[in-house]
Amino acid sequence: MAQATSPPDLTRETAEPTARRYSVDAAGLGRWRAGAFAAPALLLITVFLVFPALWVLYLGLTDYRLTGTAAADPKVVGLDNFLSALGEPTFWNSTWLTVQFVLGSAVIGQVGLGFAIAWLLRDKRGPLKRIVEGLVILAWILPSAVVSFLWVALLDADGGTLNALLGTGDYAWLLDHPMLSIIVFNTWRGTAFSMMLYGAALGNVPPSHLESARLAGASGWQQLRDVVFPHIKGHILTNLLLISLWTFNDFTPFMITAGGPDGKSEVLAVHVYKVALQSGQLGYGAAVSTVILLINLVVAVFYLRLLRSKK
Amino acid sequence: MAAIELRRLTKVYPGGVKALDALDLVIPDGEFFALLGPSGCGKTTLLRTIAGLETATGGAVVIGDRDVTSVQPGGRDIAMVFQDYALFPHMDVTDNVAYPLRIKKVAKAERHRRAGEVAARLGLERLMDRRPGQLSGGQQQRVALARVMATQAQAFLFDEPLSNLDARLRLEARTFLKKLQRELGVTTVFVTHDQAEALAMADRMAVMEAGVIRQIGTPAEVFQRPANTFVAGFIGSTPMNLLDAVVRGDTLEVAGCAVPVPDAAAGLLADGEKVVYGVRPEYNAYAPKPADGSSEGALAGKVVIVENLGASHLVTLDVNDVTVQAVVPEGSEPAVGDEGFAAPRRDRALVYRDGELVTR
Ligand SMILES: Nc1ncnc2c1ncn2[C@@H]1O[C@H](COP(=O)(O)OP(=O)(O)OP(=O)(O)O)[C@@H](O)[C@H]1O
Ligand SMILES: [Mg+2]
Repeated sequence: MAQATSPPDLTRETAEPTARRYSVDAAGLGRWRAGAFAAPALLLITVFLVFPALWVLYLGLTDYRLTGTAAADPKVVGLDNFLSALGEPTFWNSTWLTVQFVLGSAVIGQVGLGFAIAWLLRDKRGPLKRIVEGLVILAWILPSAVVSFLWVALLDADGGTLNALLGTGDYAWLLDHPMLSIIVFNTWRGTAFSMMLYGAALGNVPPSHLESARLAGASGWQQLRDVVFPHIKGHILTNLLLISLWTFNDFTPFMITAGGPDGKSEVLAVHVYKVALQSGQLGYGAAVSTVILLINLVVAVFYLRLLRSKK
Repeated sequence: MAAIELRRLTKVYPGGVKALDALDLVIPDGEFFALLGPSGCGKTTLLRTIAGLETATGGAVVIGDRDVTSVQPGGRDIAMVFQDYALFPHMDVTDNVAYPLRIKKVAKAERHRRAGEVAARLGLERLMDRRPGQLSGGQQQRVALARVMATQAQAFLFDEPLSNLDARLRLEARTFLKKLQRELGVTTVFVTHDQAEALAMADRMAVMEAGVIRQIGTPAEVFQRPANTFVAGFIGSTPMNLLDAVVRGDTLEVAGCAVPVPDAAAGLLADGEKVVYGVRPEYNAYAPKPADGSSEGALAGKVVIVENLGASHLVTLDVNDVTVQAVVPEGSEPAVGDEGFAAPRRDRALVYRDGELVTR
C-alpha cells in the first residue's frame, strides 16, 4: 500500500520550478489570500468544535454545577469526578445498557437487518423493491421528534396501536420492556443507512464469482461466506464503525422512555443529560462525557486497525 | 463424461427478448464443440442455460441420460470457465482450484493433493501460494482451467475464455486447450466470436443467428460449404463474394460476365433462374491477363483497392459496378487502376437459391 501511493517526488519538483509552483499553490492565490479564504471555516470549527471539546475536558476536572455556590465559583477537583463515576453503580449500569443498545440495535439490528434486506432485494426489480426501500428510507429521514412521538403512540399502554393490533389490552411495553422497545425502535429507525450501503456494496460483487460458486454447488450460506463477505469486508467494517459510534452517542431513546423506568433504559448519552442538566452536576457530567469520548476513540481505533490489516 | 442434448430449447428473457428459439442440438460424448455467431445471437445464453444459470422458458436440457432442465446448477455436474475467470481474489491458487472439492466435502488433504496434481499438469506448481491478483492473465486462465479440471465434471463450458489474452498468448492457449481437451476427452462447449479460434479448435461447430442454429458441421464443412448466405457471409477472415446471378444454360451470368456453373450445383439449376453465386476470395484466382487469351469463365474488371493481409493481398475489383474480391499471393499484387481478371474455382464456388445452398 505505502509504496503504491508514494508521495510526489520532491527532487523532480525542485528541478522544475514551474511544476513546483503549480503543485504547492495550484490556484495561484499566494499564502495570505489562501489563508484568508480558509480562516472563516477554521474560526467556526474552533469556536463550535475545538473550544467546546476542550471546555468539556476542563469542566470534567472541576466541581462546576448548574446552580449553587459551585456554579459561581467552581473549583478544580482533579480526577475526583472520574473516580466517583467509576465507583458509581448507575454509571456502570448505563455503560452496560449502552453496550446492549449498540450490540442489539446497531450490530445485530441495523447491520443484520440492513444486510438481509439488501441481500434479498439484490436482484429484484419493480414495485416490491421500491416499496420496501421507500419505507425503510422513510423511517430514516423523518425527524426524531416525529418518529419518537409515533413510537410512543404505538407502544403506549393506554390505547397504544400495538396493543390494539395484538389485542393485548393495556400492556405497558415501555415500562415492562424499555430496552427492547428502544432497541427495536432504533433498528427500525437506522436500518436504511446499512441497507443502502450494502445494496451498493453487493453491486460490486462480480456475478461470475457467485455463479462460479453456484456451479460448484455452494449453498446460499456458502456463497455468502466464500464470495460475498470477502468482497464486502471493507464495507462491513466501515458500516460497523459508523453505526456503532452513532448508536453509542444517540440521544433519541430519551424521547421514547426518558431513560426510565427507574434507569432501566438510561444509556450513557441519556445518563450524561440527566446528571449534567437535570441534577445540575455539570463537572461530573463532563467527566462522564470525556469517558464516552475515550470509549468512542477506542472503538474507532479498533475498527480502523481491522480495516487496515485487511489490506 | 456425457453427451449433451438440447431439445427445442427456448429462452425468453423478461422484457420479451427471445434469445433461444426452439433450438435442437446434440453434442456427442467427448466432443469439442464450438458455438460461433455475431454479437447478441444467444451464444452466452445457450451456454448459461446448459449450465442452469438461466432457467429455460421451454424445451429440455439432457446431460448424459439425465434430464436436468429443472436441476440447480450445482446438481448438473458440469464446470464452467467464465470470461473473467471468476477466481476468488482472497484465496490462493490451491484454495481456488480446490474450491469445488471443498464444497463437495472432500477432506482437506485429499483435495489439496488433487489440486496439486491438476495444477502440476498445467505448469502451475510454483504458483500455488499466490493470489489471483499476483498472476498474469495467462496464468489466471490456467488456474481457472485447473479448477474446472479438478471437479472431474461431465462436461466443460467455456465462455470466450481466451478473449482476455493478448494475441500471442491466445494462440498458445488455443493449442494448449485443444491438446488438453484431447487428453481429458471431456465433452466441451466453447463459445467464441473469433472464428479463427473455432475453426482451429473445434471438432464440430455451430453458427448461430438470432437464437437459432444456422449450420452445424466440422470446421472444414462450414468453411468450404456454408449452408446459407448468412453463414457464407459470416465465416472466413475475408467475407465470401455473394453475387446476384442468372442461370444461362450451363453458365451463370454474373455482373455482366459468364462463369461456369459450379460443380456443386451442376444439373440442379433451371434456365433463367435467379440465384446467388458465392466464391471465397481465396478461391478466386486473380490474373492481370486472361489465362488462355480469352476472358472466358472469368470476371473482368478494374482494380479499385489493394489491401495487405500479410502474406497475401486482398484485391477488390470493380466488375461492371459490382464489387468482387480476390486473394493474391505476395509479390504478384496489381496496382490500383489496373485491368484484372478473377477466375473463380469451379470446384469451390457455390450457388444459393433463396439464401440456401444448392447442393445434392
Ligand atoms: N439478462 C438479460 N435480460 C434481457 N435480455 C438479455 C439478457 N441477457 C442477454 N439478453 C439478450 O439476449 C440476446 C442474446 O444475448 P447473449 O448474451 O446470449 O449474446 P451473445 O451471443 O453471447 O453475444 P456476445 O457475442 O456479444 O457475447 C441479446 O439480444 C441480449 O440483448
Ligand atoms: Mg456472450
